[in-house]
Amino acid sequence: MELLNQITQFVISGLATGAIYALIGLSFAIIFNSTGIINFAQGEFVMLGGVFTIFALNVLKLPILLAIVVAVVATTAVGLAFERLAIRPLKNATPLSLIIITIGASILIRGVVMLLWGKDTQVLPPFSGNTPLEIAGATLLPQHLWIFGVTVLVIVGCRIFFHHTISGKAMRACSFNRKAANLVGISVGRMVLLSFVISSALGSLAGVIIAPLTMTAYDVGVMLGLKGFCAAIMGGMGSGLGTVLGGLILGTLESLGAGLISSGYKDAIAFLILLLILFLRPQGLFKKGETERV
Amino acid sequence: MKKCLWLISVIVLCVAGPACAAGPIKIGALFAVTGPAAFLGEPEKNTLELLVKEVNAKGGIKGARIELVSYDTGGDVTKAVQLANKLIKNDHVVAIIGPSTTGETMAVLPIAEKEQVPLISCAAGIKITEPVKKWVFKTPANDHVAAEKILLQAEKLKQKNLALLTVSDSFGASGREQLKQMAGKRGFKIVADEVYSPKDSDMTPQLYKIKAAKPDAIICWGTNPGPAVITRNVQQLGLKVQVYQSHGVASKKFIELAGPDAAEGTVLPAGKLAVYHLLKKNDPQAKLLKEYADSYKKAYGVEASTFGGYAYDGFQLVAGALKKGAVTPAQIRDGIEKNGKMVGISGVFNITPADHNGLDLSAFEMVRIQKGDWALLH
Repeated sequence: MELLNQITQFVISGLATGAIYALIGLSFAIIFNSTGIINFAQGEFVMLGGVFTIFALNVLKLPILLAIVVAVVATTAVGLAFERLAIRPLKNATPLSLIIITIGASILIRGVVMLLWGKDTQVLPPFSGNTPLEIAGATLLPQHLWIFGVTVLVIVGCRIFFHHTISGKAMRACSFNRKAANLVGISVGRMVLLSFVISSALGSLAGVIIAPLTMTAYDVGVMLGLKGFCAAIMGGMGSGLGTVLGGLILGTLESLGAGLISSGYKDAIAFLILLLILFLRPQGLFKKGETERV
Repeated sequence: MKKCLWLISVIVLCVAGPACAAGPIKIGALFAVTGPAAFLGEPEKNTLELLVKEVNAKGGIKGARIELVSYDTGGDVTKAVQLANKLIKNDHVVAIIGPSTTGETMAVLPIAEKEQVPLISCAAGIKITEPVKKWVFKTPANDHVAAEKILLQAEKLKQKNLALLTVSDSFGASGREQLKQMAGKRGFKIVADEVYSPKDSDMTPQLYKIKAAKPDAIICWGTNPGPAVITRNVQQLGLKVQVYQSHGVASKKFIELAGPDAAEGTVLPAGKLAVYHLLKKNDPQAKLLKEYADSYKKAYGVEASTFGGYAYDGFQLVAGALKKGAVTPAQIRDGIEKNGKMVGISGVFNITPADHNGLDLSAFEMVRIQKGDWALLH
């Protein structure tokens, strides 16, 4: 019984962490699908979400809801500027150089935030109190429910957007074949910009909802970004359910590993999974291997 | 043109050359001002700059101006080694204050030993001064002093079964080692021994395991934000166990991050700077601590931290030797060793040839967090 309770607790806290990885993974996948690059500044968008919210809340004295909106909008503006200033001007660059640019951007963003807001860890008050809830012998905080709720909403929203709107379908078309998409009159450049907008908004949202639990500082984006990347790889870099499952599985395995095996190997477990998947199933856990038609 | 160059090189030689008698006294500083250990390096550098400015405003030491040559290591061991070499060979400093972390210090100390320049480290690791190295000193109290304070408190409350939850970096590893060693000697039983990584955001799995082991107290060893997350997780899981934290979180920031609610009742050893306003009037450090806290706040607009105090004490050790007429690195080293009792920020130092740290149990006060503030435990 005791063990069962323990496992429930590990799974629930794992799922909560995993939901965050899933959100970040999704934002990786969205950019990857429309541009073919992996945006290593993704973790920084997550960090910006948290930092901007705290700034809006504590310095501008906005109410929490407005502060969150301001933070998401501001981060999206950063994402937009990033695409305009650093990605678009390099029309014929190879994906590799673009990826290196994103790494540079991540270092730049981190540095600027460090200079403006200092190196201290900051905390956001929880959205609805701190009283723990008990579910099946495990405890979780109201904030966990926020995380689950927002993640589900985002997934549903993504699904609707990518499958039932013209822009979403156009973005998917770009990810299948840019040239063909261009030929049927889709502005690929606009879709790339849109992908940066969506993914920075998603990233910052993830940053906002976890800030009350995990706190935030200028350098939290690095680890979160890597874990989100892990989730996206597990899902085969798709912007759908695969990545979400990837995130949830990763979070749960981490938590179970820390609880049942050894807490010292928590991160090692995550990266071991990443390596195994890259070796054994580079197309992702849930995808069938793609055959390229010539 | 040629003549001009010649003149310039003469001037440069004169300024840079140690042979110039009336030149300023150059003190080197190596701090991790950026990077993961920036919370250490920044207050250290600020403190040192403040002190040097103050001393120079009063006409320097024995008529000589102090010149501070300060480099940022970014917390990087390789960089620390390069910069230490640069300080000694290019800048010809007479002593080095820093580095900020134990890892960097261990890498730099062979250079100080070889080049025979006194190094006053601002890192806490016990390996730095044990065994004693001729040219190496350190100002923070040893980790084991803080560990001993916690165990003494647990002994007083008859808490026999302890759970450890330590961070997986060098600070946590050192604390874990000391705690385990001392707990064994004092007859405690370690019923759980868990670790977490510095950037972890959820420690409920570890705490759940600890809960199952039914300890009388949990000792957590880390620096922010980990311990704050743990404090919140303890509240979340409804664990009713005494939690001890290390001196690594002895700042108001910890209470703010964990929330006064969750932090209520946490007990930790704190450097006296954190609680200087609570100290008895006759405490030898009370006056100095207040002066330092006030002047730091005035200069930088933020609260002084214990870490800045490490650099403060380091500078006072060097300045003490200089005031007694030391000029060369060797004379400064001897001066520090013969300094006798010195009231500093981290404690009352009594450096001897056999002890290059010189702090004892009195460096820490046990405090309890009550209503979002510190209260002394007696």
